[in-house]
Amino acid sequence: MEGLVSSMEHILDVKDLTMDFGGLRAVDSVDLYVDKKEIVALIGPNGAGKTTFFNCITGIYNPSKGDIKAITHSGAAARLNGLKPNRVTERGLARTFQNIRLFQNMTVLENVMIGKHCRMKAKVLGALLRDRRTRAEELKAANESYEILEKIGLAKFSDEIASNLPYGAQRKLEIARAMATEPSLLLLDEPAAGMNPQETRELTDLIRQIRDNEDISILLIEHDMKLVMNLSERIYVMDHGQKIAEGTPVDIRNNPEVIKAYLGEDIDA
Amino acid sequence: MEYFLELFLSGLTRGSIYALIALGYTMVYGIIQLINFAHGEIYMIGAFTALIAASVLTIMGWPTIAIFIVATIAAVVYSSAYGFTIEKIAYKPLRNAPRLSPLISAIGMSLFLQNYVLLAQTSDFLPFPQLIPDFEFMEPISHIFSTAELAIVLTTVIVMLLLTYFIKFTNMGKAMRATAQDKKMALLIGINVDMVISVTFIIGSALAALGGVLIANHIGQLNFYIGFIAGIKAFTAAVLGGIGSIPGAVLGALILGWTESFATGYISSDYEDVFAFALLVLILIFRPAGLLGRSETKKV
Ligand SMILES: Nc1ncnc2c1ncn2[C@@H]1O[C@H](COP(=O)(O)OP(=O)(O)OP(=O)(O)O)[C@@H](O)[C@H]1O
Ligand SMILES: [Mg+2]
Repeated sequence: MEGLVSSMEHILDVKDLTMDFGGLRAVDSVDLYVDKKEIVALIGPNGAGKTTFFNCITGIYNPSKGDIKAITHSGAAARLNGLKPNRVTERGLARTFQNIRLFQNMTVLENVMIGKHCRMKAKVLGALLRDRRTRAEELKAANESYEILEKIGLAKFSDEIASNLPYGAQRKLEIARAMATEPSLLLLDEPAAGMNPQETRELTDLIRQIRDNEDISILLIEHDMKLVMNLSERIYVMDHGQKIAEGTPVDIRNNPEVIKAYLGEDIDA
Repeated sequence: MEYFLELFLSGLTRGSIYALIALGYTMVYGIIQLINFAHGEIYMIGAFTALIAASVLTIMGWPTIAIFIVATIAAVVYSSAYGFTIEKIAYKPLRNAPRLSPLISAIGMSLFLQNYVLLAQTSDFLPFPQLIPDFEFMEPISHIFSTAELAIVLTTVIVMLLLTYFIKFTNMGKAMRATAQDKKMALLIGINVDMVISVTFIIGSALAALGGVLIANHIGQLNFYIGFIAGIKAFTAAVLGGIGSIPGAVLGALILGWTESFATGYISSDYEDVFAFALLVLILIFRPAGLLGRSETKKV
């Protein structure tokens, strides 16, 4: 029946996504959707193609096949295939990375303000001449960025250089920076990687809080099963580029295919 | 002592001009890792534009100071348009090509612009009118430091302060720093990297044009070739200070200016360029990344 549902109710709707690297099919005809205010997880063993899937959606790779549609920042439906990463961000998709990629020499506040850039109207001329509107816009961006830091609990670090932050705080800063772009969908690639149990619990709360308070949907890749089961409403499982299962946490926990895929990984490891 | 002071001040003047041009090299390099060999030509075009504007306005009978202001603005605007366009047609299409391709394109652009001005104007030196009147209060020291030189040094200081403010505090400045640090991440967070690159070229070209007008006013003549020599010197300054580093470019420019000034003053004026390039060779041997440059670490 799913095919009958108008695709435009989904904030993200991916159909038949395929990505080839030479002979390797890293993502193989994957369908996936995320609804408004939903938290969805994408899991699977190492090398399953999860990050590649994110890279295709965010414009880093142009997929070999498939359709990526999204409800954009302005509320209209748009096809994202072939757009440059900055255009995808403008349309309301923001992401974080498996390996932290902050602007290391800039302050915490500056990192967040960089995220605001795509929402600023001032173009080349305004930036150079610094008219009143440009200055007002920048002041607003700075204030909003600080508010985001307060929400995420990083306000006390706002003038620190990003690279001096503790690890867990750097991960949160990536989320803060992504939120500054005013996304309707936040893509998190292994946000809990390297965090201790305490930090992971805080992160779980934070993600839920973002969804509840900010009108943002979340698609996350994560290996920490406790976080995934706690947080997500639906789960997709990938293995060897293919989607092998989807469903609620309870469905997934009891799915023999999934158990096999993960066991396979354990034996390899 | 007065001779020393004179050499010091003339070195400061030279260094300031080098700095104005070197900033364009270093900013462009910082953002797209390209040596923009056509940058010296932008400086030359700026000077020519000012000359043409000044000639027209002189005929129209404008007062000198108004001519100076309008001619400078014309030079800055026109050169910026050149810088912007050169990036779009000669470098942008090659952004993902091997590194040598845009470099060759840059050299081609440089030769093209020199020859274009040569054909459109003449190979002879043209006189450049004195547009900045000699200030009276400068009279007592004018034999060692002229008003034109003061204008060069003052302009450079003001421009440095504005540029520092721009890069440190404005949103566009932050976007430039972010792009210089990690272009791919900048793109992913939604920065319009093409626009950032354009702004970089515009600012660099505007500064070079300013340098072109001021030096033409100081020397009193120009031809199509002035951009080549000035460009090479400014490039030397940028490498000396550490290419990609803005304070480095200024430091390198001042050191180069003083080296040339003192060496020609105390040793011999026949070897002016030898001193400059000997300094460059020494730096490249002992500090390949330049004085303030970061050594090329991993860039993922
Ligand atoms: N740019 C690329 N060129 C060639 N192969 C690639 C490229 N990017 C990813 N791959 C390959 O695609 C496959 C999927 O990789 P991907 O990084 O998407 O896995 P993943 O599910 O994110 O794994 P992990 O959980 O370890 O992060 C791997 O075999 C990987 O080597
Ligand atoms: Mg991955």
